[in-house]
Amino acid sequence: MEGQQPAAVAPVLRATGIEKRFGPVRALRGVDFEVFPGEVVALIGDNGAGKSTLVNVLTGVTPPDAGEIVFDGKPVRFSSPQEARAAGIETVYQDLAIAPHADAVANIFLGREYLVGGIGGFFGFLDNKRMRKETEEQLERLRVRIPSLGRRLVTLSGGQRQGVAVARAVMWASKIVFMDEPTAALGVAQTEMVLDLIRRVRDTGIPVVFISHNMPNVFQVADRIVVLRLGQVAAHLDPATATINDAVAAMTGAIGNEDRADLAAAGRR
Amino acid sequence: MADTESTQEGAAEAELGRTLGARFASSFTLAILLSIVVVFTVLKGTTFFSLANFNNILLDTSQILMLSIAATFVIITAGIDLSVSSILILSAVIAAQSMIRFSGTPEQTAAYEFPNQHIGIPIGVVLGLVTGAICGLGNGLLITRLKLPPFIVTLGTLSVYLGIAQLLTGGTTVPGVPPAIQNDIGLRNLWPPGFLGIDFRLVPQIVIAFVIALIAGIVLSRTRFGRYTYAIGSNAAAARRVGINVDGHLLKVYTLSGFLSGIAGIFDLFRFGTASIGTHQLDNLASISAAVIGGTSLFGGIGAISGSVIGAFIPVVLRNGLVITGVPSFWQNVAIGIVLIVAVWLDQRRRSAEERM
Repeated sequence: MEGQQPAAVAPVLRATGIEKRFGPVRALRGVDFEVFPGEVVALIGDNGAGKSTLVNVLTGVTPPDAGEIVFDGKPVRFSSPQEARAAGIETVYQDLAIAPHADAVANIFLGREYLVGGIGGFFGFLDNKRMRKETEEQLERLRVRIPSLGRRLVTLSGGQRQGVAVARAVMWASKIVFMDEPTAALGVAQTEMVLDLIRRVRDTGIPVVFISHNMPNVFQVADRIVVLRLGQVAAHLDPATATINDAVAAMTGAIGNEDRADLAAAGRR
Repeated sequence: MADTESTQEGAAEAELGRTLGARFASSFTLAILLSIVVVFTVLKGTTFFSLANFNNILLDTSQILMLSIAATFVIITAGIDLSVSSILILSAVIAAQSMIRFSGTPEQTAAYEFPNQHIGIPIGVVLGLVTGAICGLGNGLLITRLKLPPFIVTLGTLSVYLGIAQLLTGGTTVPGVPPAIQNDIGLRNLWPPGFLGIDFRLVPQIVIAFVIALIAGIVLSRTRFGRYTYAIGSNAAAARRVGINVDGHLLKVYTLSGFLSGIAGIFDLFRFGTASIGTHQLDNLASISAAVIGGTSLFGGIGAISGSVIGAFIPVVLRNGLVITGVPSFWQNVAIGIVLIVAVWLDQRRRSAEERM
């Protein structure tokens, strides 16, 4: 019953009728998408279905051509990722977006460094002690284990690096974390670790939008699945009742419109 | 519990590995420098290993040090600045010509009289430094606005800035600069006579250079400016995504590089009493070599001022030693090239080993 959202709970984010064109290509054709507090909602679809475009629209990377986004009860229009981040939306990118030659502390606080007080702060002196302490606490809270705080990320495993990237996003996300293919480059054990991490993030109350190709991963971690196909929402699935075959069928269009409506109803219930 | 223990053990090992790794490049450079010193000391004894000679080495190094520091900042951002040698020359020319102009009427200065040199000299220094900063800013604007590779931009301005200096001087050294800059300032000894029982020649250039090196080291390792410098070199796209103004920071870094080159130009002027066009043209390569030998990675994201300081000493000590030994000093070029290639080769091996961990 994890898939259910009581009608009384207001979504953190509600996008309706999102349209996005790239020249002649209609990447998004009237997409409705909601994120509720404390859930993991998986966004799946074939290549070119519009997943990344939708995420980019919701995180301020690209503005939509049409449609409305209501965030935290207010209509918003993020014109840059910085604005979205300032509003509490963080993104973990597929390519991690970390500085590999810097350590975990530098990466987690990159662009948000604490400075020492007084004249030292005026000259931009870093408060490394405080950043180190908060990094330690954050990694501990999410149970992200890395060999040492001071090690450059390039020397860590892919899973550990992803752990740091997720820890950074969660550190600063007060509302939503988007994760674009966070397990794409990882081995089995490391993938399990990241999935666990996603659950822990959800358990802190911050919803996670999980974009993935990997159906078993999606069914393992998602509370709700939204399937995109050719720029439209093809189905809403409840991972507790739907099967991977249902998801694949919705992704590839093997299910007709009528079935889709049924599945959508089932997913929403 | 076993898991926790092994993690902690791993952490201790990793900490050790990291510390060794970080120090490796510098200690390698230091080892090269010390071996060079040992070889020349064995060959020439106190002719080489003497306070007076170390004094010369210190003075020669202090100038190339400015350019090496500039190179360190720029290369850590994964950029390059080939134009520093031309900026040095142009800044010195502008400073020299301004000093002459503002130190008296044309008739007076032509007659080698400089009644207003107390005003003319400071104006010359300021204009020389401003020239350096503007040249650097120009590089930064071309790189960030036109999205051109730093290599191409600074290769172009290497030629442009030198050409402007040649146009301003007709291609010769600038004559008739107030001699006071050399006699009263550039070569003034700040060392109290007999202090600590030694006779040291501590000219202002040495003091200024090493104070700047210290400040640069602190800025790079302890401030947000330094952190952004590393982050941009490590992954500019990631820096942009977290909201760092990458182009703005690069502008600052290239302006700083130009400014430091301007300081080197002023050093030259105060030391030799004239702005020379012909010398220094290979200083850009020397500064890049110094930074790279000192452990700064041409791929960006890695480097330290301490390494570049040691790296700046190596060519100077080599040349000095070769001259004293009577070996043609052209061997210096051969030796520096070899050291550079070996340093980069070792750096690459270290890195790929590290990334396999």
